[in-house]
Amino acid sequence: MQRDFEKDKKNMVVVEGSYAVASAVKSCRPNVISAYPITPQTHIVEDLSQFMADGAIPNCEYINVESEFSALSALVGSSAAGARSYSATTSQGLELMHEVLFNVSGMRLPVVMTVVNRAVSAPINIWNDHQDSISQRDTGWIQLYAEDTQEISDMTAQAFKIAEDPEILLPVMTCMDGFILSHVYEPVVLLEDDIVAEYLPPFEPEFKLDPKNPKTFGAFADPNSYTEFRYLQQQAMDKALKKIEDAAAEFYDLFGRHYGGLIDTYETDDADIILMAMGSIVGTIKDAIDKLRAKGVKVGLLKVRSFRPFPVEAIRNVVKDAKVVVALDKNISIGLNEGALFTETKASLYNTKIDVPVIGFMIGHGGRDIPTGTIENIIDEAKKVIDSGITVESQFTDLKEELL
Amino acid sequence: MTIPLGGVCAPGSTLVNKTGGWRTFKPVFDYDKCIKCKLCELLCPDMSVDPRDDGFFEFNYDFCKGCGICANECPKDAIEMVLEEK
Amino acid sequence: MKSLLAPGHRGCAGCCDAMAAKFTLMAAGEDCIVVSPTGCLEVMTTPYPESSWGVPFIHSLFENNAAVASGIEAALKSKGEMGNTKIIAMGGDGATLDIGMRSVSGAFERGHDFTFVCIDNEAYMNTGVQRSAATPFAASTTTSPSGKVSFGNIRPKKNMPAIIAAHGSPYVATTSIGYPKDMIRKVKTAVDVEGPTYVHAHSPCTTGWGFDTSKTVEVAKMAVETCLWPLYEMEDGEITKVKKIKNPKPVEDYLKMQRRFKHLFTKEGGDEFIKQIQALADENIVKFGLQ
Repeated sequence: MQRDFEKDKKNMVVVEGSYAVASAVKSCRPNVISAYPITPQTHIVEDLSQFMADGAIPNCEYINVESEFSALSALVGSSAAGARSYSATTSQGLELMHEVLFNVSGMRLPVVMTVVNRAVSAPINIWNDHQDSISQRDTGWIQLYAEDTQEISDMTAQAFKIAEDPEILLPVMTCMDGFILSHVYEPVVLLEDDIVAEYLPPFEPEFKLDPKNPKTFGAFADPNSYTEFRYLQQQAMDKALKKIEDAAAEFYDLFGRHYGGLIDTYETDDADIILMAMGSIVGTIKDAIDKLRAKGVKVGLLKVRSFRPFPVEAIRNVVKDAKVVVALDKNISIGLNEGALFTETKASLYNTKIDVPVIGFMIGHGGRDIPTGTIENIIDEAKKVIDSGITVESQFTDLKEELL
Repeated sequence: MTIPLGGVCAPGSTLVNKTGGWRTFKPVFDYDKCIKCKLCELLCPDMSVDPRDDGFFEFNYDFCKGCGICANECPKDAIEMVLEEK
Repeated sequence: MKSLLAPGHRGCAGCCDAMAAKFTLMAAGEDCIVVSPTGCLEVMTTPYPESSWGVPFIHSLFENNAAVASGIEAALKSKGEMGNTKIIAMGGDGATLDIGMRSVSGAFERGHDFTFVCIDNEAYMNTGVQRSAATPFAASTTTSPSGKVSFGNIRPKKNMPAIIAAHGSPYVATTSIGYPKDMIRKVKTAVDVEGPTYVHAHSPCTTGWGFDTSKTVEVAKMAVETCLWPLYEMEDGEITKVKKIKNPKPVEDYLKMQRRFKHLFTKEGGDEFIKQIQALADENIVKFGLQ
């Protein structure tokens, strides 16, 4: 992270995370917002609705749809018609959108959507984990995860810039932890309209629904071309690796804040133990690292900011000299007993010359609290791997045996 | 031809697909009976009844699938369905 | 007049969808945007890299065309590009009455300025003639077949025009592809009326209903002449115009033209079902004042 706190201090206001996001969306000049209320996303859409009611977002229509399915479907139409299009959702709402997610990315529509991460039912649970967005990882959306309210606000503008890049044209999910970020009041610098105007050019797609140039969108592709449609999506994801870095760098030039591009690192240069994680848990991990570094433990953090595209090279470069890598996942692939970050990190290192043990911990499901002590315990487990190898590759954290 | 992003297609481009080969029976006009009422042109689901300068119509056999709606609906029985000879 | 729907599409010979789309475009003209759900019409007109459409066209999914249309309307409005452009969502009966019901209801309730044209061929034709909520009483489909203990579909058609009217739509009409001028006039009226408007077009399917390809229009007309498909218009929820049927034909004349009702004439007890279908037609005569 690079940031001039002294400069930012003058401009800071204490607002709720959801408000910071809504304000960022407003500054990005959307033409169509379409959303359905669901906890804990509600404050974002309420704040946007109030902006609309106050006439604060010019040239914008807000559609109060009857479901998440229609929320995103409406944006298929609006984005194809050349409108900058935004939505926000979470959990069950995101799962309901599943079919539309593929449709948006396949049609190469640069929709931006904030996902306020929440656990998935059953059992129903409104608190934070990453099962909702991780379960949509293969839908062709770029997925970025933010560690705090400033980052999710800043990421919103970066998301539009990446999505609408003519070489990319992929939808972007910006992910923020439910309640932990969405409902917390923190000092943030809200995006300034004039600087955003400089940062984010107007959305002008090459093709749009236009009676003067009547193109057909959404044709069906038979086996002769379907493969190539998928290949082109993957190619755009590959190109996005650099665009995500560029968008963060350009943002830094104009706004003076950098939260990482594909990844960010903290104390990794000489680290024997590298923890990997996404989202707000990053703050807790940094606290644990500070505490342990003071005791001489060589531990660092690799924050994964972009989960799709998955930053394989960037991860390899950071972990190649470590003695153990620990992936923390607020999600699980039930039946594999692994979280996605763990599985994909292992896969990224396989077939390479990098020989570092990787272990995984599934943590914080359904909003289970993650105290610094839990992170310290995990680091203790990692130390044992350095000394005597892996005994348990992937496991649940802080299981309550008395409930089993 | 490379795929434009999202697979956007040009208007009216199914014209490359000549569906006339589907036909078993072909419609044939009897211009002595035709009263130029335009019903055949209006109803044709394959847009294969083209107007001529003299107000009569002719079939576009490149696309006509031989459904026979024109012959069935013609108020003057001015269209006959004739077996295709292949 | 050059059609805005090009030939070369893969619709069956005698296809009702092609006719409904053609008539709709004749009514709406060039300045329109068409949204279609997944189904016969979309599949037959847009195999990549080809398209039959001479107007901007978008297909997204099966159950969301009204929502997609909502988004297009919002986009044009927000960017000040609406002008006189007509937004038309076309969908089959499955996409309208069944799987797309939520998105249709939402779009009508919200009051978007668009027209929805339901092409009602009374079953899921694209997947092989399965029953929908628009399948008529006693019709045999592949998922409501007649059999030793079955006379086909056990429920009457869902009354979608009434449902749409209950949403407060300013203009709702029923029409039939057997009456092209009626359909063109009603679609034209619908697109010219501000707000969400609805045209429900009865559309006999040669393949799904089992009749000769030349009979699409004849069967469509017979549905109207037997009073099984009344043609009417509703303005602000009230029926304002009805096509009168002076001498209704018996429903047998309609049923016997179609394979999907064949069992009513070949199986013992079928005549009782024909009587019940006649009763539905008789109810229509009274309810809509067809005489």
